[in-house]
Amino acid sequence: MDELLKLLKHNALETPKNLARMLNTTEEAVKAKIAGYEGAGIIRGYQAVLNTDLMDVELVRAVIEIKVTPEREGGFNRIAERVSKFPEVESVYLMSGTYDLMAVVAGRNLKDVAFFVSEKLATIQGIISTGTHFMLKTYKNNGVLMEAEKTDERLKVSP
Amino acid sequence: MSVSKSRPKPKRNPGDFIAKHLLDIPRSGIRDFFDIVSSRKDIISLGIGEPDFVTPWHIREQAIFALDRGATTYTSNRGLLELRQAISAYVGEAFGVTYDPESEILITVGVSEALDLAIRAIIEPGDEVIYHEPCFVSYAPEIRFAHGVPVAVSTTRDNGFRLTRAMLEDKVSPRTKAILLNFPTNPTGATLTQADVEDISAFAIEHDLIVITDEIYSELTYEGGRPSIAAVPGMKERTIFLHGFSKGWAMTGFRLGYACSPPELSEAMMKIHQYIMMCAPIVSQKAAIEALKTRTDTEDMRLSYQERRNFLCAALNEMGIPCHVPKGAFYVFPYIGDYGLTSKEFALRLLDEENVACVPGSAFGECGEGFLRCCYATDIEEIKQATERMARFVKRLKS
Repeated sequence: MDELLKLLKHNALETPKNLARMLNTTEEAVKAKIAGYEGAGIIRGYQAVLNTDLMDVELVRAVIEIKVTPEREGGFNRIAERVSKFPEVESVYLMSGTYDLMAVVAGRNLKDVAFFVSEKLATIQGIISTGTHFMLKTYKNNGVLMEAEKTDERLKVSP
Repeated sequence: MSVSKSRPKPKRNPGDFIAKHLLDIPRSGIRDFFDIVSSRKDIISLGIGEPDFVTPWHIREQAIFALDRGATTYTSNRGLLELRQAISAYVGEAFGVTYDPESEILITVGVSEALDLAIRAIIEPGDEVIYHEPCFVSYAPEIRFAHGVPVAVSTTRDNGFRLTRAMLEDKVSPRTKAILLNFPTNPTGATLTQADVEDISAFAIEHDLIVITDEIYSELTYEGGRPSIAAVPGMKERTIFLHGFSKGWAMTGFRLGYACSPPELSEAMMKIHQYIMMCAPIVSQKAAIEALKTRTDTEDMRLSYQERRNFLCAALNEMGIPCHVPKGAFYVFPYIGDYGLTSKEFALRLLDEENVACVPGSAFGECGEGFLRCCYATDIEEIKQATERMARFVKRLKS
């Protein structure tokens, strides 16, 4: 992966000036490259990685396993797109293995999510069955640990 | 029964028991500075000479597994054969010189022990060893511990602190026995080119000298390749190649290094090693076997260091502290001689006024005066803050 993308993935708020220093290039070159990635759709957005466990909000998440009958000429894509359109659905992946689609669904409480799955998802034509797994705690999300690792234990000065 | 009639000698104080040659050796400048820094709180330290990475998990996990399996014994003096075989393969692949795992590789407790063994195995009282400054703080004292004579060659920033044959020619004498090299260099980050290495080899062969080469930072070479003097034709038989896992694999606390050399020299070092150390810790050896199974660990860390190096050099130059871009290790060695302060004064004031710790260049030899060692094996956010503070400090000095 391009180093610029790696650095942005690590910290999307990094300024073009600092990125230029790190990559031994100019601020303008960095800006142009980022604009290029945005234009090409490679960079799809910038988001904060939240530790929702620490937030005072009602929020539950579930992983939903979905079995699908693929459609002629549409394959899995059309159903996956339909599933993706719901705002409750955060992510959708086509999977190998015992089920076809995996969706991450968020809601205010168990009941909301369960209702959404049974009423909205399971009823889509072409979806054969669903399996719901609620998430209990997040340890790592998007490569970020939810609890900081121990502090630096190195000596302050060493040879 | 004979009775001594001589007068009883006055009793010695504890300090009087200390060997005279030890008293002559000054305390490390780093240690002095450490004492000052460690009394302070909330400092950002660019003075730490070790990786900020924790050892990659698969290596730590292997060490835990080894303990779990009861690996708590001595190993053979030379170290586990499996590790020596892995080292032989790695050194062959990375440096282009092959060592026999049975007779030419010795596992040691860090490169520090390997260096001590190498020097003690070859130096007789009065033998001169040429080494290049600014350099790691241990070289001159270790030569003196072995009753040798350290002969420093000053390197300068105008050629990126490289060592050239002409500099060596100036210092060679009939008593010269060895040259001690450390490239990439702590504290300057200097590296050698293939041509430099060949020139120094020709010099060593012409003057019939042995070379000790400490290549501990080798994996952290960013540009220009990493030619080893051990690989130059005709040099293997007169080179002791020292390497280890501390820097490239972020395994400082495992204390694991190795010495590769011709069988006779290896056996001589082994003689000292078996009496003073017995063997390197088995858990560390097991971890090192795992470390050598992949080649990606060092590469990922190298890229991360390289970005931080670029950042630090750019920021220092922007604030008016001239800084060459070092090609290796994880230190920059900027020139601060234009501010009317010694490197120690500069470092102390920077610490006092801005809570940033850098090591004065003078700790690495006389010709390090006028420079500062800043280590970029530090979190990028801390480097950013440190450079902001340094910029503020320098602006005040200028006004």
